[in-house]
Amino acid sequence: MSSADAKPHPLRSRVSDDSQQRDAPLVARLRSGDADAFAEIVRTWSPMMLQAARSYVSTDASAQEVVQEAWLAMIRGLDNFEGRSSLRTWLLAILANIGRSRGVREARTLPMSSLGRDEDDGPAVDPGRFRGPDDRWPRNWTPLGKPRPWPSSPEQEIMAAESRTQLEHGLAELPERQRTVVALRDVHGLSSDEVSALLGLSAGNQRVLLHRGRSRLRGLLELHYAAGEPVMDT
Amino acid sequence: MSDERRTPGMTVHCQEIVELVTDYLQGVLDPDMAAEVEAHLELCDGCDIYVEQMRATILALGKVPVATLSESAQAELLRAFRDLRGPAAP
Repeated sequence: MSSADAKPHPLRSRVSDDSQQRDAPLVARLRSGDADAFAEIVRTWSPMMLQAARSYVSTDASAQEVVQEAWLAMIRGLDNFEGRSSLRTWLLAILANIGRSRGVREARTLPMSSLGRDEDDGPAVDPGRFRGPDDRWPRNWTPLGKPRPWPSSPEQEIMAAESRTQLEHGLAELPERQRTVVALRDVHGLSSDEVSALLGLSAGNQRVLLHRGRSRLRGLLELHYAAGEPVMDT
Repeated sequence: MSDERRTPGMTVHCQEIVELVTDYLQGVLDPDMAAEVEAHLELCDGCDIYVEQMRATILALGKVPVATLSESAQAELLRAFRDLRGPAAP
């Protein structure tokens, strides 16, 4: 089965959610007061927690505070952790509770799980790039509309750095729910179940948001690379 | 339906493929549809490129720099941990 999800996540310390057995040594170390173990999870999990927290509250500063509160709650509540879920899942549930309460207090307008008016239900690709329904090859790519391969090595490193910048900007411009889902899934490496639970979204809703966000970002990279192509003689 | 359209890979069109790609990569398409998508990707270089670009986008997203807690906030948390749970903790 071809699945991007099956590949190990490149640079993230990705702890898979079915890690209850692997959790036991970590939990034991934390309970025994091992500060190195604690510092390590603070380092590796905080970025993802900040991303999630930001979706509940109104400002980056609030998100930082929510994450810190969640860590403190974890330290205090560790003796009550029963290991029925992974430590990370438990911590994310704590984060979600704190974040949502905070969001309510800040009178944030739309909670993540509310449906309401969707920000963007456009197609993944401009319909003008496909043949019409009565064409001999209905709804296939037109010759001009067909995707062109992106540049590859030896321009790899320059390309990679440029892509990252483009994607950072692209993410910032996505509608908020798409940004949060794409970031948690693809930037931070959470599983679809984790993201659904964290944001109170059904698997289907989450996939739609992921699809729209990813489609838009692919389109952004495509424009970027096309802009760099030499002009063709016609 | 013409014979042409019965060929594996020909019952789903490019315009649909670009909407199915997320479910396809997630592995949640039903087996018949997944097989049809695979067959289409073998026949259609445009869609094959599209799916590869989607994979490349996802991989590149994994390398985007992320914000984290400030050094001082992390240090404070470490202090709290030591105070509450360290060897000398009550």
